[in-house]
Amino acid sequence: MMSRKELDLWVGVFVAIGIGALLFLSMKVANLSSFSASETYQIKAKFDNIGGLKPRAPVKAAGVVVGRVSDVHFDNVTFEAAVTFLVDARYQFPRDTSAKILTSGLLGEQYIGLSAGGDSVNLKTGDTLKITQSAVVLENLISQFLYSKAADGGTNDNKK
Amino acid sequence: MTIPRGKVVAIMGLSGCGKTTLLRLIGGWLRPSVGEVRVDGEVVNHLDHAALFSLRRRMGMLFQFGALFTDMTVFENVAFQMREHTALSEDQIRDLTLLKLQAVGLRGAAQLLPSELSGGMARRVALARSIALDPMLMMYDEPFAGLDPLSLGVIGQLIRRLNDALGATSIIVTHDVTEALALVDYVYFMADGAVIAHGTPDDIRASKEAFVHQFVYGEADGPLPFQYPATEYRQDLFESVH
Amino acid sequence: MSRVSEILRTMGARVTNWVWRLGFASRFFWLIIAHSGTSFRRFHLIIREVYFAGVLSLVIILVSGLFVGMVLGLQGYDTLVRYGSSEALGVLVSLSLIRELGPVVAGLLFASRAGSAITAEIGLMKATEQLAAMEMMAVDPIARVVAPRFWAGVISMPLLAALFSAMGVFGGYLVGVRLIGVDEGSFWSQMQAAVDFREDVMNGVAKSFVFGIAITWIAVFEGYDAPPTAEGVSGATTRTVVTSSLAVLALDFVMTALMFRGV
Repeated sequence: MMSRKELDLWVGVFVAIGIGALLFLSMKVANLSSFSASETYQIKAKFDNIGGLKPRAPVKAAGVVVGRVSDVHFDNVTFEAAVTFLVDARYQFPRDTSAKILTSGLLGEQYIGLSAGGDSVNLKTGDTLKITQSAVVLENLISQFLYSKAADGGTNDNKK
Repeated sequence: MTIPRGKVVAIMGLSGCGKTTLLRLIGGWLRPSVGEVRVDGEVVNHLDHAALFSLRRRMGMLFQFGALFTDMTVFENVAFQMREHTALSEDQIRDLTLLKLQAVGLRGAAQLLPSELSGGMARRVALARSIALDPMLMMYDEPFAGLDPLSLGVIGQLIRRLNDALGATSIIVTHDVTEALALVDYVYFMADGAVIAHGTPDDIRASKEAFVHQFVYGEADGPLPFQYPATEYRQDLFESVH
Repeated sequence: MSRVSEILRTMGARVTNWVWRLGFASRFFWLIIAHSGTSFRRFHLIIREVYFAGVLSLVIILVSGLFVGMVLGLQGYDTLVRYGSSEALGVLVSLSLIRELGPVVAGLLFASRAGSAITAEIGLMKATEQLAAMEMMAVDPIARVVAPRFWAGVISMPLLAALFSAMGVFGGYLVGVRLIGVDEGSFWSQMQAAVDFREDVMNGVAKSFVFGIAITWIAVFEGYDAPPTAEGVSGATTRTVVTSSLAVLALDFVMTALMFRGV
């Protein structure tokens, strides 16, 4: 029969390493220390076409992750995609910052790229970005290319 | 059936005649479909949960095979009820527990586990555990079953001695006739869930009633047939041919 | 005709029986919750059971976690290298462990290691009349025996799942980085960029918590409900492992479907 003290010790060790594992998963694996739990502010942007952008996609500025997409839905009035994302409060951007939908690599995931503008007033929560650029859709690009090839080679009466 | 205070009463009968059920009725485990059970003036089958539990604190029960908690030492087993129900200090619990163990002669075995005990010793520990809170009513479910003659005698004497020392009332459910008759003050005989005979041990021994006679002297055939009820033997054999 | 009605009758009897048991089990669950206050006031009873359910499951959980992680590392590398993205190995290993394999495999191991032990223990206590003796001593066995075991299981399970996942990530790291030679920096950084605390880690913890409740509930119920014989207890032990494993897998599907958002 194990004494009460010994038992308590083992259970203590078990709980401690269990919590240690949880911390390891949160800090080292999920990188909680640098993001997510910190303060964020909400920004909206409307795009003609978002391609394959999904909630939780990263928001990057100059290649650094500064936030995440929190919601994507279709705006029934303007017929555009309305994207909401949360930006880490440690990063501030001017009001005329523009957003672009980019792709990491040729087949990689899509993300939002922010390019800072020159305004002296910073974005605050609930603001909407005015200047946006849609995703590049590969099919459109190809058909555009073929179309222009055809136009070049053809009668040349239909100048674009 | 009445069981007077301060006496040791045996309830005897064949296996499956309702003896254990009777103990369960007294302990408030089962509720009778008709009639009532009274203990110390309280109608057991009408008590609510809390009242029943407070009544049970004044009862002790020795189970057929002891039912010791296998994951605790002998000491912890006996101290169990004191820890659960009283606010005694650790020192007091220790003293009381050793006292109870001394009463059954097993103080030296306090730190053993139930698995290290012999059947008779386990029964004695269980006895010490059931008297831990000095109950007014002790119930014994087959206290002699599966014991060697020596342990059997020891348990029998302990039951008698503890009853007299505690001033308690004891009910022994058993089919061990000789041991019970030597021990108790009064005997009830049961068959098929009903009392068929009762009296002092001497009355029982002298009883002319055929069933009691058969039971007391262990005769194979009598009013209680040796054969289980069946169709006629010859007919059964004949049928198996087809 | 009579045969059809016979089959229908058997089916009906089975369903009725099943619903009965489910009803008993639910009632039992509420009894456990109702008696939990008593066991939390005497926390050392729970600590004792955490030792039996949690500490004694540690070895099997840690070793299996390590191996599962190492296998994921090998298999994942094999697949990813075809797309030229072997740096995503960390993402693959950690996400599959944290979201899925950690809770599920740890749950299955927990069911067979601790769940069966709980059922066997309670079943034996019932068979040897220990529970009856306790009740006769005016101590409620649900408060004294069942509830501490239930809460110990609920406490242990998320910790074990987290240990399993952490060990698995470590195993994946050993194979991927140390053995195969995936770049260490991108292994960790891609992992950190892809794994989200709330969406992934907390989901995994929520799953393991629910599994813990389901497994220990089934285990204590089967033990308490077991016929008080040797065959009864062994049958109940088997049923615990089978039922709780199925419950883990079914609940896993339900919870994954509920948490699945990224369409």
